Amino acid sequence: MSNLKDVYILAFESSCDETSVSIVRNGHEEIATVVLSQIDIHTLYGGVVPEIASRQHIEKITLVIDECLKKANMTMQDITAIAVTYGPGLIGSLLIGLQAAKTLAYVYKKPLVPVHHIAGHIYANNLTRDMEFPLIALVVSGGHTELIYMKEHYSFERIGGTLDDAVGEAYDKVARILNLGYPGGPKIDALAREGSVTYELPIPLDDDSYNFSFSGLKSAVINLVHNEEQRGNEIRTADLAATFQDRVVHILTKKTMHALRQYKVHNLIIAGGVSASVGIRDSFASLCKDNNIQLTIPSMQHCTDNATMIGAAGYYAYKLGRRAGLDLNAKATDSLH
Amino acid sequence: MEYKVTTRSERETIEIAQNFESEKFPNMIICLDGELGSGKTVFTKGIANALGIQESITSPTFNIIKEYEGELPLYHMDVYRLDGNTDGYGIEEYFTKGGVVVIEWSDTIKDILPKEYLHIKFKVVDENKRVLILTPYGKQYEDLCEAVL
Repeated sequence: MSNLKDVYILAFESSCDETSVSIVRNGHEEIATVVLSQIDIHTLYGGVVPEIASRQHIEKITLVIDECLKKANMTMQDITAIAVTYGPGLIGSLLIGLQAAKTLAYVYKKPLVPVHHIAGHIYANNLTRDMEFPLIALVVSGGHTELIYMKEHYSFERIGGTLDDAVGEAYDKVARILNLGYPGGPKIDALAREGSVTYELPIPLDDDSYNFSFSGLKSAVINLVHNEEQRGNEIRTADLAATFQDRVVHILTKKTMHALRQYKVHNLIIAGGVSASVGIRDSFASLCKDNNIQLTIPSMQHCTDNATMIGAAGYYAYKLGRRAGLDLNAKATDSLH
Repeated sequence: MEYKVTTRSERETIEIAQNFESEKFPNMIICLDGELGSGKTVFTKGIANALGIQESITSPTFNIIKEYEGELPLYHMDVYRLDGNTDGYGIEEYFTKGGVVVIEWSDTIKDILPKEYLHIKFKVVDENKRVLILTPYGKQYEDLCEAVL
């Protein structure tokens, strides 16, 4: 590795709520990352610029790019290639990052590397520890729940996923039912630690497949709350949160551990925003310890959407010669391949 | 004019949706409202299924807009998370892209809805039973309801 020239990837991620730019060296070292919401726009402009709050304004991303290069003490000449999330996500948001990436690739004649958002979540783990193969990746976030088998770098075989609601979404919706506000996933996770599993809720889609279904569990919570209200019983919120989380963790761990055995894999990585859940982390940690599985979970700041993970994934995509032309388009839905 | 339909199972909600799909036209807009778990996404699954879409219709709550290729494209939206702040999401653009548009929690974006659309309110009666209150806005949607209901 020492003889090889360092590869610096300038990465863009804007698939949903946040616009983020990052510079990553050799796929595993974060040099600098800037998230739009972190920049003090008032300072930059010396006053209030109302339209700056509007997320669609392409020009705002130039501030993020400048800030990121400055933080890294680099110029565009130092960048090897540009990686960008092309999907899945919200088209309007994706286009912000995509347009910026394409423009820079064109102006500075840099290779443009397309990265799938889920690939990014998985490669967030490479920033914590170099990924070892074969592995199973469980991606759990507000918008995604996927089980993926990887034989080697950048080989993705989707073996299962949610048929309806994503895990994070189920958490958020249960929080809505319990009037904890939205998004309330982290609140459910915290409450679950104070409560006990005392309610009756079904284990969702408890079959031999690697698919998940959380919509039925959500409905079961709604029905339970209605029935208790009709009987005049007060809902023990912490107990209900604990019961709900118990069912979610049960099915996530059961199917993931099953996949590890079936595919004879000893490396598990968990990715996506929901991997921040203490309930989920702890359960997987103890199960993996008992079964001699090496578990890797990205650090908190790399769990949620960020460009650093795109820079990590982008490095391997770049090494494999994956390139996109300037006609690269945003895709709202696209499966990982 | 307002129509009331009672469904006794998810299956029956899906059947209603499929009946609407069979009368589809480009830029058909169906707005769905009703509390969590009342059947909005189940209804959308019925439409998607009838459009010949193979992929599973996963909830768009997080991504806000999901697109599917079918006999006509399906644009499935859940605008709850926007809290009425639709600026810059390009939602209006989808009204004229030639597909079928399904919007969950449409009450929160009333200001930007076109003049003509079908509104369906889902009311929960008990665990399985739902009352759907259908209100067509505009001639095209009145005819649609006449044809289906």
